[in-house]
Amino acid sequence: MPPNGTDQPILWRYIAQRVLVSIPVIIMVGMITFTLVYVGPGDPAAIIAGDEATPEILEKIREDLGFNRPFPVQMGDWFWKLLQGDLGTSYFSRREITELITPRLQPTLSLGFQVVVLSTFIGITTGMLAAWKAGSPLDRNLMILAVLGFATPGFWLAFLTIWVFAVNLGWFPVIGYSPIQNGLFAHLHSLFLPVMVNSILASAFISRITRSAMLEVLREDYIRTARAKGASEFSVFLRHAFRPSAIPVATVIGASIAGLATGFVLTETIFAIPGLGRMLVDAIVRRDYPIIQALLMVVATVLIVVNLIVDILYAYIDPRIRY
Amino acid sequence: MTAISDTSKEWELAPPLSTRLKGMFGSTYRAAKRDLVLAAAITVLLVGLFLAIFAPTLARTDYERTDPVNRILAPNSHNWFGTDNWGRDVFDRTIVGTRLSFLVGFSVTLISTVIGVGVALVISYFRVLDAVMMRFVDGLLAFPTILLALALISLIGPSVGNVILALSVTATAGKIRLVRGAVLSLRESTYVEAARAIGVPVPRILMLHVLPNIVGIIIVQATFTLASAILAEASLSFLGAGVPEYVPSWGNIIATGQGYIQVGFHISFFPGLFLTGTVLAVVLIGDSVRDHLDPRLRGRLRTTAAQQ
Repeated sequence: MPPNGTDQPILWRYIAQRVLVSIPVIIMVGMITFTLVYVGPGDPAAIIAGDEATPEILEKIREDLGFNRPFPVQMGDWFWKLLQGDLGTSYFSRREITELITPRLQPTLSLGFQVVVLSTFIGITTGMLAAWKAGSPLDRNLMILAVLGFATPGFWLAFLTIWVFAVNLGWFPVIGYSPIQNGLFAHLHSLFLPVMVNSILASAFISRITRSAMLEVLREDYIRTARAKGASEFSVFLRHAFRPSAIPVATVIGASIAGLATGFVLTETIFAIPGLGRMLVDAIVRRDYPIIQALLMVVATVLIVVNLIVDILYAYIDPRIRY
Repeated sequence: MTAISDTSKEWELAPPLSTRLKGMFGSTYRAAKRDLVLAAAITVLLVGLFLAIFAPTLARTDYERTDPVNRILAPNSHNWFGTDNWGRDVFDRTIVGTRLSFLVGFSVTLISTVIGVGVALVISYFRVLDAVMMRFVDGLLAFPTILLALALISLIGPSVGNVILALSVTATAGKIRLVRGAVLSLRESTYVEAARAIGVPVPRILMLHVLPNIVGIIIVQATFTLASAILAEASLSFLGAGVPEYVPSWGNIIATGQGYIQVGFHISFFPGLFLTGTVLAVVLIGDSVRDHLDPRLRGRLRTTAAQQ
């Protein structure tokens, strides 16, 4: 339901205000990221030059790359380059990081999109089912599963599913990734297990929230009114109760995307998916600090923007929030 | 945040903390008798604690000694959980791993709670400090925990102390945000206003009027921190970026087994079971503590915690 004409300026003011609040957070993220690597051990010049560098060579590298400038100047320079879309250069491969990230985007984004869609679907469906049959064995079993999903480490669940479905049943390859270019089916097939593992774990939380939000709304007077006027139970659930419940659910979906970022680092490592998570782990093993710096910055910024979108979305769903 | 601030106003109506705490510990036994799940969770945690303390004595083999002849043995009467790729006993390594998980879990919980609550109490009374600190906290919490911890450890090097340090950073930031929110809403309450009006000094208000009213939320949050720190340590060690390889950790034992999934399923299976069991026990105890301390929150979720 689109906001009506008179609400429009308030919605825009709200959006502007949320965007303004996010900017200092992004700047703080940048300052933390830059400072971490700056004060960290390891002389970047020495890492670039390798083992056989003479002091003169080190000095030259510092001069060329500006490592001998004062801290605020270096940080300002880093921010300025970020604004122009320059994430820096890898120590290890000497290539532009933006160029290294591009081929890594497809696997991670595809995984992320599938997991968000699937976990939202599973979570909301099971949560509503549990709320509908609250107190029944179905409800109890679903909630036991939800608690289990909350406590199970993703990397271990991934291990178990590989053992069952890949090693023993042979339905999927043990590891390996097939890009979309090689055919959509092969692509979805290669990502099936990682998508399932992450979706099941993420849906556990969405399910619990959906159930409790629904139960809370179902106690409201207007639900009793709807029932009293003879609305079917189905209509009460979907038309009267679900929309107000959507707000806490949207918050959790936004929050679970942060969890996914963590999940993907582990999943991509286990399933050997050449995505951003794997890139980060590789960079950490090689101590390729510019890549670590760039990925931290990119991931944190994406999460801030996602949360911003969630905030704006529920101002759209629920006009009360705008005021 | 909303779930917390909605209810925080109601705490002043709740019975005094001492009664609630006495009720909590006094009735734990009775509650556990009624509630089999809680009883099981407490048992799991107590067994874990016992293993964490006595594992090195209980280990029947030298868990670091390699024995290539007996590599990747399936579970048998001598090696209950089998042996790994170096012929080391998986049971012994797993129970020794308990010690590390509990050490990291409890240290992170203790450090983040003490520092987090302290900082939150102090900054909530100094506007400028609060503004600066909260921007910093917002910045820290914008990173997913594991990613920031990974980056920190790659800079300061893998060691048990550094894992604790890295995980404490985000846990502390989360605590500051949570406690500050609770303190700010309590500050508006009538009795704090009354105390201020009769000239009670700020530190005394904080210690006597504010702190006792947020203990409940701090305890519940602490169980969540414990569960997530144990999981995070295992994840970091699994990635090879946590504790050094020679320290047995559930995470790095599972990582070892990952490479032998075709022939040595047992290597990863058992430590994973221990890890899941421990985290599950802590989460269930946390839920039950929350229900005890604040029945109004029953069935609700720690949404704030989840966002960290």
